[in-house]
Amino acid sequence: MPSTEITVNHSVGLHARPAAEFVKTASSYPCEIQICNLTAEGQLVNAKSILSVLTLGVYQGHRIQIDAEGEQANEALAALIELVESNFGEDEK
Amino acid sequence: MSPLVKGIGVSAGIAIGPGWVYRPIKVEVKRFDDCDPLGETTRLDDALAEAKSQISELRVRTLGVIGKEEAAIFEAHLMFLDDPEFITAIKGIIDEQKINAEAAVEEVVEHFAGEMLALEDEYFRARAQDIRDIGQRVIYCLSGVDTKSLELPKEPVIILADDLTPSDTVQFDRRVLLGLCTVRGGPTSHTAILARSLGVPAAVCVPFRLDEIEKSALVILDGREGELTIDPSDEQVSAAKTNQTVWQADWQTQLAAASKPAVTLDGHTVEVVANIGNVGDARQAIEYGAEGVGLLRTEFLYMDRQTMPNEELQVSEYKEIFDVMGNRPLVVRTLDIGGDKEVAYLGLNEEPNPFLGWRAIRMISERPEVLHNQFRALLRAGVGIDLRIMIPLVSNLDEVIKARQILDEARQALINEQLPAAENVQFGIMVEVPSAALMIEHIAGYVDFFSIGTNDLTQYTLAIDRTNERVADLASPFHPAVIQLIARTIETARTKSKWVGLCGEMAGDPLATPLLLGLGLDEFSMAPTSIPVVKQVIRNLELKECREIARAALGLPSSEAVKEYLSQFIV
Repeated sequence: MPSTEITVNHSVGLHARPAAEFVKTASSYPCEIQICNLTAEGQLVNAKSILSVLTLGVYQGHRIQIDAEGEQANEALAALIELVESNFGEDEK
Repeated sequence: MSPLVKGIGVSAGIAIGPGWVYRPIKVEVKRFDDCDPLGETTRLDDALAEAKSQISELRVRTLGVIGKEEAAIFEAHLMFLDDPEFITAIKGIIDEQKINAEAAVEEVVEHFAGEMLALEDEYFRARAQDIRDIGQRVIYCLSGVDTKSLELPKEPVIILADDLTPSDTVQFDRRVLLGLCTVRGGPTSHTAILARSLGVPAAVCVPFRLDEIEKSALVILDGREGELTIDPSDEQVSAAKTNQTVWQADWQTQLAAASKPAVTLDGHTVEVVANIGNVGDARQAIEYGAEGVGLLRTEFLYMDRQTMPNEELQVSEYKEIFDVMGNRPLVVRTLDIGGDKEVAYLGLNEEPNPFLGWRAIRMISERPEVLHNQFRALLRAGVGIDLRIMIPLVSNLDEVIKARQILDEARQALINEQLPAAENVQFGIMVEVPSAALMIEHIAGYVDFFSIGTNDLTQYTLAIDRTNERVADLASPFHPAVIQLIARTIETARTKSKWVGLCGEMAGDPLATPLLLGLGLDEFSMAPTSIPVVKQVIRNLELKECREIARAALGLPSSEAVKEYLSQFIV
């Protein structure tokens, strides 16, 4: 099962626009995607659920784990990594 | 005289008018067992669709009336309604427990709200209000409550409420909205944001008793001070009316002239700059005529996190603020934090006397790398701007020498790594401890400037914890001992050709302006909203006369006497 660990560097964390973008991206893939907050030692939750993602309390600097399983799992994971690494599309680089 | 209740002012201005106690319709959710799951699921689907169409309508309305940022609140609400976990959880409960849809919605909403309230960060906790707002709407739709039938004010009123959700706030007609005042909420709540963008006076965290307010009782709301007066006397009303007229007229004139320099009648110019803590403040500062920044607080970088902010992150956060300020002078205060805050990775522990403990610059003996990293990030971000760095809570010369040495090392390290480093950076200290004020002559050789922090200087000079309500009243920067220390600091620094700023609340108090001008202060740094008025006050003063005023004030024996004496110069 494709899985990855990544740090969220956005100043608001997974909240507001970044959280919405994350959930929208996850929702555009057919596979099951789960996310957990490694820093807060939280549980895996549905990455397509905005409420669940918000309750993880992912602040700036937290590490998250993303698991994807099923159709287009690799593509979904790649898209989510790209989103987080580009600081949710706000990086100038 | 009616007593006033004080909270936090979040949107400036004065409103006088009938109070309108706003209580959203509370649908009492009753739980029914043995319901038909299929029927309840259909009701739920219909209600969700109805709620969605209502919110879309609110979103469009907000977009038109207020703006894009505020409308985003409702975009988030639409996402909540589409949330698969939310819907699955409600339907699961309907299926398993055979209860009515209303009870199932309430259960799931409270579950998510509870999880959000368990988080530490205020912004995350505030989302509990959003999910409850959504839940309430779905329950209205299920119960057939028409929210449009809710009685709304038709004449201009001041809305008084326990708390206001975004949907509550946007339904009020702007033309009948004189002001907003809530018992709960904070400076970052939706109420505050919406009120500011509507230009309506507002206060939050005001501890009034909603039940004790009679229908249409007259109230006065001061959104600058965060004060609410219920059932005011005739005198209070006429005083408020005068204040309101004066405030509006003054505010317009002051704002129009805010970007012009602050020059006294006899041609003496001082710098009027802002105290800021984030990029939003920086934009507001420019809008209100700040000529620069006299205090950039940097604690925001270190709070609400588990590890040290890395250098790249610090650089990018600083740059964002520096870009807004352009080539205006900008004073950054290095980390000012202590045992009253929980920041584990800095090694802060709970202390019996955190304000007298291991905090601010005192950390350098054990944790020099914290300051070293901050200096590196500041030097990298500050290339090409007029950057000034100051260290807080200095009480000994050693601290200044050590900090300066760390700054030199940080610059050298950047040069060795062939990274860009800001040049001609001024280095200064905060004068907040009486010992520093009494040692200016010894410190002057190591610094370019001094900035007096009157809030702490008052606290440390008078031995008053200003967070302790029982004694906070006694903490006046007009106390003779405090103004003596300010006078001494400025005078001694001048003989050593160093400039002096002041960044406590006193700088933004027009009562103190003639005194500070007369003492020879070079830079006044204050909350952005105070800038237009203080500039105006300065323009109506004469430096020569202010010197006399300062001399006379220094001879007075009490805070009250000083304040009374100065009040005659307020025009």
